[in-house]
Amino acid sequence: MPEWNLKRFFGVAPLLLLAACGSSPQPSTQTSSSAPAANLPEGKVDPATAGTISGKVLFQGEAPVMPVIDMSSNPNCERQHPTPFRAETVVVNPNKTLRNVYIHIKDGLTPARWAPPAQTAKLDQNGCVYAPHMQGILEGQDLEILNSDPVNHNVHAECQKNPAWNESQAPRAEHKFKKFSNEETIFPFTCSVHPWMRAWIGVSKHPFFAVTGPDGSFRIEGVPPGTYTVEAIHEKLGAKEGKLTVAPSGAATIEFTYGS
Amino acid sequence: MAANSVYRPGLNRWSILLSVCTLMLVVAGGLVTSRDAGLSVPDWPLSYGKLMPPMEGGIFYEHGHRMIATMVGMFTIVSMVWLARTEKRKWLRMLGVAALLAVITQGILGGMTVLLLLPWWVSTSHATLAQLFFSTTVAISMFTSAWWLAGPTVTKESVAAPIRRLSLLAPILVVCQLALGAAARHKAIGSIYHICGSPIVAGVILWLCLRISLHYSQHLELRRAALTLAGITFSQVFLGIAAYMTRIAYADAVQPMPLMVTFTVLHVAVGALTLASSVALAIIVRRNLSPLEAA
Ligand SMILES: [Cu+2]
Repeated sequence: MPEWNLKRFFGVAPLLLLAACGSSPQPSTQTSSSAPAANLPEGKVDPATAGTISGKVLFQGEAPVMPVIDMSSNPNCERQHPTPFRAETVVVNPNKTLRNVYIHIKDGLTPARWAPPAQTAKLDQNGCVYAPHMQGILEGQDLEILNSDPVNHNVHAECQKNPAWNESQAPRAEHKFKKFSNEETIFPFTCSVHPWMRAWIGVSKHPFFAVTGPDGSFRIEGVPPGTYTVEAIHEKLGAKEGKLTVAPSGAATIEFTYGS
Repeated sequence: MAANSVYRPGLNRWSILLSVCTLMLVVAGGLVTSRDAGLSVPDWPLSYGKLMPPMEGGIFYEHGHRMIATMVGMFTIVSMVWLARTEKRKWLRMLGVAALLAVITQGILGGMTVLLLLPWWVSTSHATLAQLFFSTTVAISMFTSAWWLAGPTVTKESVAAPIRRLSLLAPILVVCQLALGAAARHKAIGSIYHICGSPIVAGVILWLCLRISLHYSQHLELRRAALTLAGITFSQVFLGIAAYMTRIAYADAVQPMPLMVTFTVLHVAVGALTLASSVALAIIVRRNLSPLEAA
């Protein structure tokens, strides 16, 4: 009996293993755009009529104090931060605005197939922190992932609408080039070697997105005239939306307010 | 059945060593989850393409867990071979084989969960099988002990306080409770099910242990086993509350907080001890009490 069990087990085990490997999400750098998108007209900006959407994300009330990240068990990370590094979950700028808010046109655009830009988006790991913390990329755009640190990282793209993947990246290893072919707002990149590491990426179908910076403002250019729903998404404080109309060659503005 | 088995101190000590190492392995595995280190080594069975990656940050926990697991796997092979070559009791030889099968399955589940990016059902199976494997090693330690081989002190089950069935219910409930805890930990379900399960499981254990101390207090083995189970369960409930409170207190933490990790991992480890002691008590009850029907 025991012998039979063992034989049976060793017969099955490799199959299990194969199944495990076979169905593991295969990170792919070549992803083709889906068939329906191919039928859409190509998205183009008409400089004669294009307008802009700009605005600010305000934060009301007392700014939350972010905890200092304890990197003491990772000397190679700690060494790179002469001053304590605080979490970037909620960053309120000195002018009472909110940084790292992803802004995009959620609704109202004529469906079109926007070609990804030639330039790559970059995600760096530096000081065991991701930079930038939040960014938007286009469907099919190259995301170049760098490791500027003297340590190993694992890069885990925790996508839901794109195939998730988790890969290691050694110090000075070759840069990774990744594409995401499905619109997805927003998903985190995490590293389990350094559990505080977290970056966010929004994958957009169209180029009309922006992220608020150190003054809490944003600006989206080349917007075709029209009436749009604009959505602001913060990793912790959630999403808000508003409507606006961009006149031909017009400049529309919108403000979002978070906090108490 | 034990009549023709000889006490082998070496085998017994080896079995105890395997149990102790397995408990360490459970702690290491609990640390991997609590430190969110499960995916810090994306490849398996190698780690960063090597047998020994730099042990930094989460890699320390994940690779450390793999190293202890490899050791426990090897120890289990030795146990199986040792039992197969020297043990007269066939069922115990089979238990050695079962332990080895469990530990191999456990290794594959561990690898699968890494390669599949921690799907809850693989992680939960891995965590639950770990608990069952630990109890198996404890049972083997018990079966190879001089105390076990000296034979039971059989008494009749009391009509007023039957416990043969109740003693089986306890480990079954503990396994369910452990699985609920593991599922909550791997975010398959809310922790509410595990929390609601605890008074039921603790209640049944308390009932069983009270019955033993009230009706079978003259039976030394039963009394000791019941007292051990009651003590461990009491600690476990306390640790569970502590783990939950730290979880609430650090809900907004951006990295695993040491106090939360400590209480949670202790809760996992004492959970393993709860199951093992409830299994041991059930075995002792069923060995030492002749059933009512036969009386
Ligand atoms: Cu990292």
